[in-house]
Amino acid sequence: MDQAAPEVQQLSHTPESMQERVAMILEHARACGASAVQAAVSQNVGLAVTVRRGEVETLEYERDQQMGLVAYFGQSKGSASTTDFSPAALRQTAEAACRIARHTEPDPHAGLPDPEEQARDWPDLQLDHPWDCPADRAIDLARQVEAAGFAVDPRIENSEGASVGTRRRMTFLGDSQGFMGGYRSTRHSISCALVARGAGGMQRDYAYGTSRDPSWLPAADAVGCEAAERVLRRLDARKLGTQQCPVLFVPEMARSLIGSFTRAISGGAQYRKSSFLLDAAGQEVFPGWMHIAEDPLLPGALGSAPFDGEGVRTRPRDLIAAGVLQDYILDSYSARRLGLRTTGNAGGARNVSVQPHPGGKGLQALLSDMGTGLLVTEMMGQGVNLVTGDYSRGAAGFWVENGEIAYPVEEITIAGNLRDIYRRIAAVGNDVDLRGNIRTGSILVEAMTVAGD
Amino acid sequence: MIDSLAREALLEPGGITDDGLASVLGATFGRGTDGGDCYFQFTSQEGWSLEDGLVKSASFNIERGVGIRVISGDQTGFAYSDEISLPAMLEAGRTARSIASAGQTGSVAVRPGAARETALYLPDDPLGSLDEARKIELLKHMDAVARGADPRVTQVVCSLAGVREVVLVLTAEGELVTDVRPLVRMNVQVLAEQGGRRESGSSGGGGRSGYAFFTEGDRAGAYAREAVRQALLNLEAVDAPAGTMKVVLGPGWPGVLLHEAIGHGLEGDFNRKGTSAFAGRIGERVAAPGISIVDDGTLPGRRGSLNVDDEGTITQQTMLIEDGYLRGYMQDRLNGRLSGTRSTGNGRRESYAHLPMPRMTNTYMLPGTTDPGEILASVDRGLYAVNFGGGQVDITSGKFVFSASEAYLIEDGRVTRPVKGATLIGNGPDVLTRVSMVGNDLELDTGVGTCGKEGQGVPVGVGQPTLRIDGMTVGGTQAA
Repeated sequence: MDQAAPEVQQLSHTPESMQERVAMILEHARACGASAVQAAVSQNVGLAVTVRRGEVETLEYERDQQMGLVAYFGQSKGSASTTDFSPAALRQTAEAACRIARHTEPDPHAGLPDPEEQARDWPDLQLDHPWDCPADRAIDLARQVEAAGFAVDPRIENSEGASVGTRRRMTFLGDSQGFMGGYRSTRHSISCALVARGAGGMQRDYAYGTSRDPSWLPAADAVGCEAAERVLRRLDARKLGTQQCPVLFVPEMARSLIGSFTRAISGGAQYRKSSFLLDAAGQEVFPGWMHIAEDPLLPGALGSAPFDGEGVRTRPRDLIAAGVLQDYILDSYSARRLGLRTTGNAGGARNVSVQPHPGGKGLQALLSDMGTGLLVTEMMGQGVNLVTGDYSRGAAGFWVENGEIAYPVEEITIAGNLRDIYRRIAAVGNDVDLRGNIRTGSILVEAMTVAGD
Repeated sequence: MIDSLAREALLEPGGITDDGLASVLGATFGRGTDGGDCYFQFTSQEGWSLEDGLVKSASFNIERGVGIRVISGDQTGFAYSDEISLPAMLEAGRTARSIASAGQTGSVAVRPGAARETALYLPDDPLGSLDEARKIELLKHMDAVARGADPRVTQVVCSLAGVREVVLVLTAEGELVTDVRPLVRMNVQVLAEQGGRRESGSSGGGGRSGYAFFTEGDRAGAYAREAVRQALLNLEAVDAPAGTMKVVLGPGWPGVLLHEAIGHGLEGDFNRKGTSAFAGRIGERVAAPGISIVDDGTLPGRRGSLNVDDEGTITQQTMLIEDGYLRGYMQDRLNGRLSGTRSTGNGRRESYAHLPMPRMTNTYMLPGTTDPGEILASVDRGLYAVNFGGGQVDITSGKFVFSASEAYLIEDGRVTRPVKGATLIGNGPDVLTRVSMVGNDLELDTGVGTCGKEGQGVPVGVGQPTLRIDGMTVGGTQAA
């Protein structure tokens, strides 16, 4: 390695210089005549290496910056953004937002959030854990991941590579009513995608770990071995006959079922009446034993943030209590449209977690509960209609008989309607996957239509 | 003219001369490297949107930067900078070069690279092709057409977007190639309600031109009527069937089938690495006789077209499948070289901050001779799918999906009831062997496709004639 490789986790801007830029943009927009302004500035630095078949394939250094603003002229609004941080570019970008705001039509609901809702102080959520991982170390680690995978079985004959990535970010937000806040955060990852060949052709699968603190990442060997085990068990998959049967979603797939729920209760889908859960607050959406909560303040979690994209304070709350929808996911605009108050969700829901039930069951116990049915480990495509809840997706996984995995299956679809699917959830496992913004264990659904031969 | 536009946008603000570029090349790509490039890009884009009958928000964005890629064997080092200056380029070059063994610096002269004789699109700025008031008028017209089309329409959301991308590619060998790329798009989504049931419909289009594209022949109004037609149709739709059946695909956008089922599998990187289900199968029969599929970056004004790709290679028409036989893969420079062949002008990247890869441009099937009515009449029981959402493929197992948004039952050779959207799933390497009839009605899509690969999105086009496929799995809820 050439010694010229840069210090990976060094952000080139200080918090003070980021704040200065936010203040400059606010100032420029006010000078152009804006009655209110919100500005955000962010910077990312990172490194990503991919090793394939033991050799470095790519070594990428990331260094991004972006600043953007929303300018209001009364109730009219314009936005602009740029990657150029020069004083001239900041001024031109502010001018562009103001020029647009002079042309757009007034919207009675537009504007900055109520200052009373904005955060004044916030806890340190422990989101910033820089990883001292220069390129040569990241390469060694990626090599170790991939080698561990290849060592599992000779049928693993190819690889799409093992990757190690680290990224650090600093973001600052300010507005013309006095909010100013920012923080640093990190995200690191290790992943591996392997290819194996069986009598029925090739299969590919992957494993990964991601976290804010590098010490929480899984061991290199564990990631490689998991990728190997996952791809091997898919070999020689079959199709299934078309039928109705119970479906068990592993946590990574269960996450997307819950993701459709959070999208359906978001303010935009509600005020546009484009949701299968329209006006569903107070209704029983899930079985009476289910609880889903949001906790944006979990220390060190991937979805955590001390304030939202408008500076509004974030807070833990229930989304589903005893199966009943408690509240929507709102920013200040959608809240005003609906005659409600913002829930501090500009930028989306944060750390949504589904409570396991009935207590203490892992995947194996849920397989036993299911008896005979389909275990879904992968889904493909975008077949979710949020307006109607109609759901139809490509799937792969395993056919399960008497609580035991019988054989792998592929080239099938699973279909139903989400309102019905949610009501027919029979259990949520305790095998909670913490690698995302939605935290859930496996989810067992009583019945769905499986299409195959 | 394009050359001077590109230099003015990308090099002149930083005071960069050809001698300066030569010094960066010399310092970055000496011995010990096998090529690479500097990719300069200046993108300005805007988006206007209408909701509740009002144009309430719009945005404008500028991105400028340079990405430097150093290749050594099959290894790639990459770094980029938001600042286009010689010191920033030297720094990024030094970083990207850390992949290569320490070698000597060299000396390279900058010279013009190959250029297309007749441009596929004009270097005009779409953002300035209409004034702000006319952009708003265009959106309001779309809204009015949609609302006026039927009283059951309750919501209309419209958008207008324009991008101008100025690109300068400087190869490690000193070839300098430029392009100025306009791209416009309009979309409309409507919601219709009847008896407590709500359904949506959407439509849109665009291409590499100015906003006049949408007023020619009132395309904006046509998109609005089409979205309403789909929403009303969905109000009548019954549950889709489940199981394996004959499927007739309509012309145009259903070509997303080709994009997913075989397009990705024929990208050079997956085949060089041996991870595609199509690897090592050149010359083999992969489709029924009479089926020919091309990737063509040279269609004037099309969304997927490029004068030159993002590595400075002039785009071309590449025969992928000819009369049922697999003829070739889509290549960028790196994968072309490592596979002992050449770039086919398919090296594309989302931006200067991303590495290029082999990507599709406009991918379509050539027409056959059968009348589409005859194809429908030949099916006793099946699904007629004419519009689709997106799709996805696992290139290793070959399994692919695409989701129908407008489909009908075929009963006794007649198109009968509309059915709800459903995902169709198949196996790429054999789905084209099951094509039993090819229509004479080739159509390309209206210009709305964006393809995602490894997190990078690029605009693409698809197309096909009406096709009959004897056996695909349809993911509805009603037992067939």
